[in-house]
Amino acid sequence: MATQHMHGLGEAYKRKEDARFIRGQGNYVDDVQLPGMLYGDIVRSPYAHALIKNIDISAALAVPGVLAVITGKDLDAAGLAWMPTLSADTEAVLALDRVHYQMQEVAFVVATSRYAAADGVEAVEVEYEPLPVLVDAKKARDPDAPLLRPDKKDRQPTNHIYHWETGDRAATDAAFAEAQANGIVVRQDMYVPRIHPAPIETCGCVADYKAATGKLTVWMTSQAPHAHRTLFAIVAGLPEHRIRIISPDIGGGFGNKVPIYPGYVCAVVASLKTGRPVKWIEDRTENLSSTGFGRDYHIHAEIASDKDGNVQALRVHTLADHGAFDAAAQPTKFPAGLFHICTGSYDFKHAFVEVDAVHTNKAPGGIAYRCSFRVTEASYLIERAMDTLAHELGKDAAQLRLQNFIKPEAFPYRSALNWTYDSGNYEAALKLAMKNVDYEGLRREQAEKRARGELMGIGISSFTEIVGAGPGKHFDIAGIQMFDSCEVRVHPTGKVLARIGVQTQGQGHETTFAQIIAAELGLSPDDVDVEHGDTDTAPYGLGTYASRSTPVAGAATALAARKVRDKAKKIASYLLEVGEEDLEWEPGRFYVKGAPDKGKTIQELAFAAYTNCPPYLEPGLEAVNYYDPPNLTYPFGSYICVVDIDRGTGQVHIRRFMAVDDCGTIINPMVVEGQIHGGLTQGLAPAMYEELAYDANGNILSGNFQDYLIPTSMETPRWETDRTITPSPHHPIGAKGVGESPTVGAPQAIVNAVVDALSHVGVRHIDMPLYPWKVWQVLKEKGLATD
Amino acid sequence: MIPGSFDYVSAQSLPEAIALLGQYGDDAKILAGGHSLIPLLRYRLAAPAVLIDINRIDGLAYMQETDGMLHIGALTREADLDRSPLIRNRYPILYDTARNIADPVVRNWATVGGNLAHADPANDHPATMLALGASVVAEGPAGPRVIPIDEFFTDVTFETTLQPGEILTEIRIPAPTERSGGAYLKLERKVGDYAIAGVAAYVQLDANGLVTSAGIGLTNVGPAPIKARAAEQALLGKPLDEQSIRAAADLAEAASQPTSDTRGPAEYKRAMVHTLCTRALRKAAERAQGGAA
Amino acid sequence: MSKHTIHVTINGTAYEDTVEARTLLVHWLRDGLRLTGTHIGCDTSSCGACTILVDGKATKSCTMFAVQADGRELMTVEGLEQNGQLHPLQEGFHEKHALQCGYCTPGMMMTGLALLQSNPNPTEEEIRVGISGNLCRCTGYVNIVKAIQYAGEKMREAQQSPVAAGEGGGE
Repeated sequence: MATQHMHGLGEAYKRKEDARFIRGQGNYVDDVQLPGMLYGDIVRSPYAHALIKNIDISAALAVPGVLAVITGKDLDAAGLAWMPTLSADTEAVLALDRVHYQMQEVAFVVATSRYAAADGVEAVEVEYEPLPVLVDAKKARDPDAPLLRPDKKDRQPTNHIYHWETGDRAATDAAFAEAQANGIVVRQDMYVPRIHPAPIETCGCVADYKAATGKLTVWMTSQAPHAHRTLFAIVAGLPEHRIRIISPDIGGGFGNKVPIYPGYVCAVVASLKTGRPVKWIEDRTENLSSTGFGRDYHIHAEIASDKDGNVQALRVHTLADHGAFDAAAQPTKFPAGLFHICTGSYDFKHAFVEVDAVHTNKAPGGIAYRCSFRVTEASYLIERAMDTLAHELGKDAAQLRLQNFIKPEAFPYRSALNWTYDSGNYEAALKLAMKNVDYEGLRREQAEKRARGELMGIGISSFTEIVGAGPGKHFDIAGIQMFDSCEVRVHPTGKVLARIGVQTQGQGHETTFAQIIAAELGLSPDDVDVEHGDTDTAPYGLGTYASRSTPVAGAATALAARKVRDKAKKIASYLLEVGEEDLEWEPGRFYVKGAPDKGKTIQELAFAAYTNCPPYLEPGLEAVNYYDPPNLTYPFGSYICVVDIDRGTGQVHIRRFMAVDDCGTIINPMVVEGQIHGGLTQGLAPAMYEELAYDANGNILSGNFQDYLIPTSMETPRWETDRTITPSPHHPIGAKGVGESPTVGAPQAIVNAVVDALSHVGVRHIDMPLYPWKVWQVLKEKGLATD
Repeated sequence: MIPGSFDYVSAQSLPEAIALLGQYGDDAKILAGGHSLIPLLRYRLAAPAVLIDINRIDGLAYMQETDGMLHIGALTREADLDRSPLIRNRYPILYDTARNIADPVVRNWATVGGNLAHADPANDHPATMLALGASVVAEGPAGPRVIPIDEFFTDVTFETTLQPGEILTEIRIPAPTERSGGAYLKLERKVGDYAIAGVAAYVQLDANGLVTSAGIGLTNVGPAPIKARAAEQALLGKPLDEQSIRAAADLAEAASQPTSDTRGPAEYKRAMVHTLCTRALRKAAERAQGGAA
Repeated sequence: MSKHTIHVTINGTAYEDTVEARTLLVHWLRDGLRLTGTHIGCDTSSCGACTILVDGKATKSCTMFAVQADGRELMTVEGLEQNGQLHPLQEGFHEKHALQCGYCTPGMMMTGLALLQSNPNPTEEEIRVGISGNLCRCTGYVNIVKAIQYAGEKMREAQQSPVAAGEGGGE
């Protein structure tokens, strides 16, 4: 529980990992080249829903360089045509009798070159019989809807996957009845569109099975190598100690690299079959069309308030579109992830949330794109609903929030949906943001502009995040408790090698985790090297996603380093011939109380551990910690967005965006700021640009980077950032994690701003993405469209 | 995304390129900038048996004003247009157009000739050339011929009046008169995208500020690039004031035939033609009267 | 499926190879020559992760065939560091935290290099325009702009006083 500045923490160390990347010497999966390596490529369905009548691989086998074509039937013989998902469903590896979404995997071609594999894919002939397509989630439970999953009709006879609910329905309904009679009730329907994390590096692997040793090595774009290893062992029936997963350098994850994809399984099978390494790297079109998407929530939210704007109750119903297989990657006990954080930063007395999930003829997924397990959806709904309440009441959006914030003295705060928030000071964050943008001045400007017919909007988002999954009692991935780990080994000359159970995809762990250890031991981060990603050497961890690395593995790292320091103290006591109680610590050194000249540096103690170790201690100086967090952590922030709308085109120009974030103790402010810039850009994107769109036949309309609109430097605003610091009381260094906060907080700030610009003519909501044509249609409808 | 196989030949001269085109006919495609063609090959949406690379032909990339005409070699790269002081100062409508095409790296290779010959209604130069009253030079086995730009595009997507065996070699644009000005405005969802709609407007005024000549071209709002003739006609003899601009914009909107797609509903695109035409004409007027570039 | 023998200079070194006509330049660099610093990120020439210099021009190497590079001089990210000395762009990207996962970085730096070579003192707007053909998912571009500004300043200083750039000061 640290509140003071610690040596190494809070300093903007330049990143250690940069050295190889700036030289173009990163080692990404597609850089791996092994002797005799083969290439795999996938035959995919052009239909969203169809029976497979026949697969003819003869022409493909005749293509020069093609060695094998694996089909669903081949996998079925080995019991591998279907695999379990992380959400208690099964998913086809290669389609057997039917396909369920466009671009679903149908066959795997293995060839001696990338180009021959592509030619082989072209030559496979598949005969399909199209079936009726279901893409509208709202129609999935209609009596005449096609049954998409006859394979599990015994246990799930319709397209309805699950109903999940939490909260106190009766108390909530009563509060709404009261508000209906004596207060105010607002309702808002909101769609959070399907989007795709689209890291610039797509997914892929190199699978290398060596028959002589029985060892399978897989270089893999994996955010969770250990979990993947265990899953491979269970699914493929291979002994786990003979599976080695290596996540080398990963070019961005954002949740895209958490699921196990058919391509990985096929590459492993192909390597087992051919005895040679097999590389499979998907292209961008495959990535967007078939790998784990995010969002696709149809939300109906209601707030019950008294007539002065004090919120009483929240009621939410959501329809979740999971695509053809429920492969959402979240802790198993929470099928809707952490969606029930949706009471947000506000003191709701009662709340009730229900989620119904359905299948459609679209790719599987749901939890990805920096979402913290559905917190993006949750935060969006509450911030939009609060603004709707503000506009209905004629109250300023900031005032309504300040009035309803959970007060600082209420922490630890138990929400109406049973989360215990660790710490927060929402008022301080919002007031800082307001001050930084001169909020009063902006409102005056808005009034002046409005009088002249100019459309300017100010949007606020005061979000509460929930990350750091999580306490093993409640949080598991495929049954594995969500602890994390760190192993610290100090060499005789006082240099450190540490290994962690999480996996960076750009978050800077080689630097930030070195800083944690450096702070605990009084070293320079230059003397601490951090490794991860190789399951043969790294301690077991659950990986990096949902902003859990700092809260969980960061805690493990601090505690492992403290164990090292504790042992060093024993050695110091021995060498200095005093009791441990007579020793003081300053960064890098133990010294005798009252005789500060008598001391031993950490380097001297490390050397002694190997050369002059107390006879009652084991030699060496290392420790490992597996950390089961006592709670999640709750970063928060307030964002303010200022927009101007072009009345001639509907284009939204973001004039200003101020982001105040609070992630508790900051390990490296430079890294934190970078995470915020990137996260904000991935919050801008869903608000205004990105959408995985489908037509009525299930054809994907945005399956490449021409049509899936990733913001460039021109669309991205000049982000402004600021911080408050409210440490987590239960975390060893008070840190909460930050990576996803900006993506959680930003979209609604932008949408709120655009709606605010039009609130004076009665507009209450516009669904994302805020394409110019959508905004223009509203302008037209309200008589505000000009040239 | 791996292309299918093809044979490749690099032409060293224009006669050689023409001969090769004659030899291979429909089996061949010209490779110039390649940034429209190569993505098609990677998706295997086009599968020519032969690619004839014309990038090594000398003397097809230039920008020169002579005899009252701007001559642009067909292999001139968009980046060169973007960086040329001649273009920026004397043909700002072309500068507007070039810098809206794709992105700066693509513009290093994309050619003006290719942007026209590919005849994609979503490409940007066609509208501008229609507005400028340009012409193109085509060379084939029978020698060179000049084609006025409004006879170059047909109303069929990806189709031009180039004869088999002909290569576009030059674009010719009349030099500006004393009171002329134009602008190209492109509305796009993000940088690098094709236009939701684009409008090129070019006017010449007499000493009294009345329009003596007007050209209006529309991007990506029909199966082919559109010349908004009625809108042009309506401007003749009028001052470029808000009233005449509105009348022209109404007619330009009426001339557009957009379809609804992920860039927007047809109704929106038509309205954007109106907005962009209005704004392009205002800007053209400013430039014609010697106002800010 | 014609094959062609090509001669290409890359980062000052001459290469000769025989390639299929359809081999994309980026695949030849990565798989053929093991110059894996240049990356692939998309199918539609949109992302710029594959950007290199061809005869000094920033080029998306996924949108060019290896045969088209015959007789030309290429520069890839591997050519930025010279004699153990980092290029100001590499320094700038490190100093200004302009990379996180590092995947877009080589292409981004090569575009930055071409930009600074033709425009040694760009405004922020000009930098944003200049890199608008290179996508980054991690950084939000803010620090990339700063890194290019840093590099521009270092490169201008080196132009103005080449002696001061680490050689023989104080003689």
